Amino acid sequence: QDPFHGEAPIAMEKMEAYKRGSEYDTKNIRNKNLKRRMKSSEEKYNSAVKRAARYELLLTEEPGFLETEEGEESWSIDQRTIADAADIASANKHFELKLNQFGPYRIDYTRNGRHLLIGGRRGHVAAFDWITKQLTCEMNVMEAVQDVNFIHINISLKVIIDYQVHRFIELELRMYCTCASVKEKNVTFSIKIGCFFFMSFSSSNQHGFLQYTDVSIGNIVSTINTKGGRLNIMCHNPHNAVVLLGHHNGSVTMWTPNQKEPVVKMLCHNTAIRALAVDQCGNYLATSGQDRKMKIYDVRMFKPLHSYQLHTGPSNLCFSQRNLLAATCQNVVQIYKDPCVQEHPYLTHRLRLPVEDVAFCPYEDVLGVGGSDSFVSLLVPGAGEANYDAFESNPNRSKKQRREWEVKALLEKIQPDMISLDPMVLSKVDHVSMERLRKDKEERMGFVEETAKFEPKHKNKGRSKSGNVEKRKQKVHGATIREQIKEEMKAKREKLLKAEESSLDQIAV
Amino acid sequence: MKVKVLSRNPDDYLRETKRDIHKVFRNYNPVLHPFEAPREYLRALNATKLDRVFAKPFIASLDGHRDGVCCMCRHRKKLSSIFSGSCDGEIRQWNLTNRQCIRTLQGHTGFVRGLTCSADGNMFISVGDDKTIKHWNTDALSEGRDFPINTLVTKSLYTGVDHHWTEATYATCGQTVDIWNLERAEPIRVYKWGMDSVNSVRFNPVETNLCISTVVDRSIRLYDIRAAVPLNKVTLKLKSNVAVWNPMEAYVFTAANEDHNLYTFDMRKLDAAVNVHTDHTDAVLDVDYSPTGREFVSGSYDRSIRIFPVLSSGKSREVYHTKRMQRVFTVRWSADNRYILSGSDETNIRMWKARASEKLGMVTPREKAATVYNDKLKEKFAYHPQVKRIARHRHVPKSIYQAMKEKRLIKESQRKKEQNVRMHSKHGSVPRVVEKKKHIVTFQE
Repeated sequence: QDPFHGEAPIAMEKMEAYKRGSEYDTKNIRNKNLKRRMKSSEEKYNSAVKRAARYELLLTEEPGFLETEEGEESWSIDQRTIADAADIASANKHFELKLNQFGPYRIDYTRNGRHLLIGGRRGHVAAFDWITKQLTCEMNVMEAVQDVNFIHINISLKVIIDYQVHRFIELELRMYCTCASVKEKNVTFSIKIGCFFFMSFSSSNQHGFLQYTDVSIGNIVSTINTKGGRLNIMCHNPHNAVVLLGHHNGSVTMWTPNQKEPVVKMLCHNTAIRALAVDQCGNYLATSGQDRKMKIYDVRMFKPLHSYQLHTGPSNLCFSQRNLLAATCQNVVQIYKDPCVQEHPYLTHRLRLPVEDVAFCPYEDVLGVGGSDSFVSLLVPGAGEANYDAFESNPNRSKKQRREWEVKALLEKIQPDMISLDPMVLSKVDHVSMERLRKDKEERMGFVEETAKFEPKHKNKGRSKSGNVEKRKQKVHGATIREQIKEEMKAKREKLLKAEESSLDQIAV
Repeated sequence: MKVKVLSRNPDDYLRETKRDIHKVFRNYNPVLHPFEAPREYLRALNATKLDRVFAKPFIASLDGHRDGVCCMCRHRKKLSSIFSGSCDGEIRQWNLTNRQCIRTLQGHTGFVRGLTCSADGNMFISVGDDKTIKHWNTDALSEGRDFPINTLVTKSLYTGVDHHWTEATYATCGQTVDIWNLERAEPIRVYKWGMDSVNSVRFNPVETNLCISTVVDRSIRLYDIRAAVPLNKVTLKLKSNVAVWNPMEAYVFTAANEDHNLYTFDMRKLDAAVNVHTDHTDAVLDVDYSPTGREFVSGSYDRSIRIFPVLSSGKSREVYHTKRMQRVFTVRWSADNRYILSGSDETNIRMWKARASEKLGMVTPREKAATVYNDKLKEKFAYHPQVKRIARHRHVPKSIYQAMKEKRLIKESQRKKEQNVRMHSKHGSVPRVVEKKKHIVTFQE
């Protein structure tokens, strides 16, 4: 006899994680055919959810962890001890690049965590494979670099130089500058690339303009005057691709390229905002202000969840794939594990000079820190997603796979007018339009309420001259107005009658 | 202190040799797959567009006949054989794999009015304007292949013939509906009901004793050949050219009518049609069901062929037309559900794909998986306006386009007029009649 008869049970939380939307109650459907079809489609859906949940058994990797003993605190453990305790391959991931000539460095990782791009304020830009330390390209652009970002193809990158956003494409190991956009002298502060849209958003300070550019075609999708003044704090929500801007009055606004007004406006701090970050699922928003506070908000319900008081407001915030939060206060990098629960940091690291930029590497337990005179790669056990999906982003992809991915991604490129707060809007039934259509149909079939334009029939022998046609139209128009007036008069008369009756009643009493 | 840092062994993730396929790891966690709905929608849109790009339904034209092709029949046991009869009495047998004519027979003097293949596939029967019924051998390589096995000279003109699906009987129609046995020279049963001539007769492939005929007095009559009297009939507003049984549903038949429509009825309930199929702009001359029983193809006098689903809204899924194809007299759907044959006035038989963007050759498993996925995506997003617009779009010849516009206008004005009359008459004196019942004049049990 089988002691564990039947299927292995699956935990409810796992099933919930794989469900998209709630179940549909098929009890109240009258039409038998429809009921049968809905039932069978619900069954298919449930079996798909079960199989996806069960597939988790086949995932090969486990996420990293750091377990401390009695009396030991995780924040006091330094990087060297972690590197010594971990295996060689991991230890090699912890390195420091001494770059003291070209100023504070801003960094960016590619979407699959394979390549790293660093840009120094004094013009040094370099892209390399940080695991094998193989340099893809390196150059000095001879201008001040404000921010750097990889575009969807990891061989091209965007650099904001003083006034312009430059785009470089690597062709036979030489960098060609392809387009310099933005004609006015606006200093752009930061750019972020949203992946499925192949769009970049850049912000400028003088007039508070937010510009959306389609990176695959090269045209400007929209320019929005945010009227919020200097925009140097920008973050983008990877779940629904809205851009969050932090303003000097402590408010955070969310923008989509379709509207000239902010979609959401939240007051987060009483003072200016210093940094913003949104996690990968689009659940949490971490903000830090001049008032030395770091706050965690629920981005979907716009409710504050937690508030920390630190010794300074962090100047950079970044979420990892497994919801670890990295916060940099001057020259100290603090990593929080469960930002809503724990008060004390999980890990800390101190640099010599202030930190310029911080970014988690996707799919790896690594945090990249761009400092004033160096680039440091820190080991953070438990930061990266252990099992990647090769069809989404594959860290070990070949050239052919990359090319195929690029073609497929361009085919699935989502148009900017599909960006909204809820990305799954397309899969929902459009109740509004349906109601309107149904009403229209009822009206059509029920009564001729169409006050559609009266088009008089065309008559021959000169009877359809424009003057005659106009006369006929006026006749019909006059008739409809007379009808309306008649009805109004009737309604008025009835009202008067009712009023008279009530006054008479009063007298009688 | 216990530490584990995520590290991936490259041996597990990279392929060993150049000849291996790449290793692909999946994780179905929805967090890793953002923007599912928009991406799926775009994939559906692309799939619909590609469907239109690859929609090349015309395969080949079988030419050889010297006069308009007026009837066709499929071999009941072989996929590759087709018999066609033309208006000058010539009967040809075609091999569809080579698209060659294997045999030419001078069957009749005058039109070949009907062709049908026997149940065991050994013999086929032709009926013509010279008042003869001829039995032929289907084997193109046999000894006596150029001459009929049997010729029956009869007194009256026959306009159609159909063979029973299991027994050795066949029915002809003309002045009356006659049931014949293969050995006899006289019909074993004659059905006569009124003085009108009968256009076509068909046996039911599932309930094999049932047979249906369309009569010139606008009615469709049903017979059970075990009984001596016809079963029941339904009368429509205009005459039906052909009525065909559904090969999967025992009691469902579709009639191709002169009023540009096709009507699907359930024989058990003749007071309302199961579905009314509109879209043709001229008389519908022939219908044939797909072997799945879910779709049928119809050929019409307006030089086009349309494929209709049986149960959906009543609009056609597909329209095939060519400048060279004139009035379509006969259509057949091949028994492997893949091809449609149409015989038309300009002496050609054309072969079309049943699904216009289907790939005909060898399909690798990956291709098949991609096709299946795309089909499901198209089905899922079929009601989104952009997808619907692209999927519905067909180019149609100018005459048909203008005729469709005109029909729409006529229908709209008739509806408005009816509404006006209803509005200005006593409540309930002008009842609403459902579309499915509107076209039926009477029915009789």
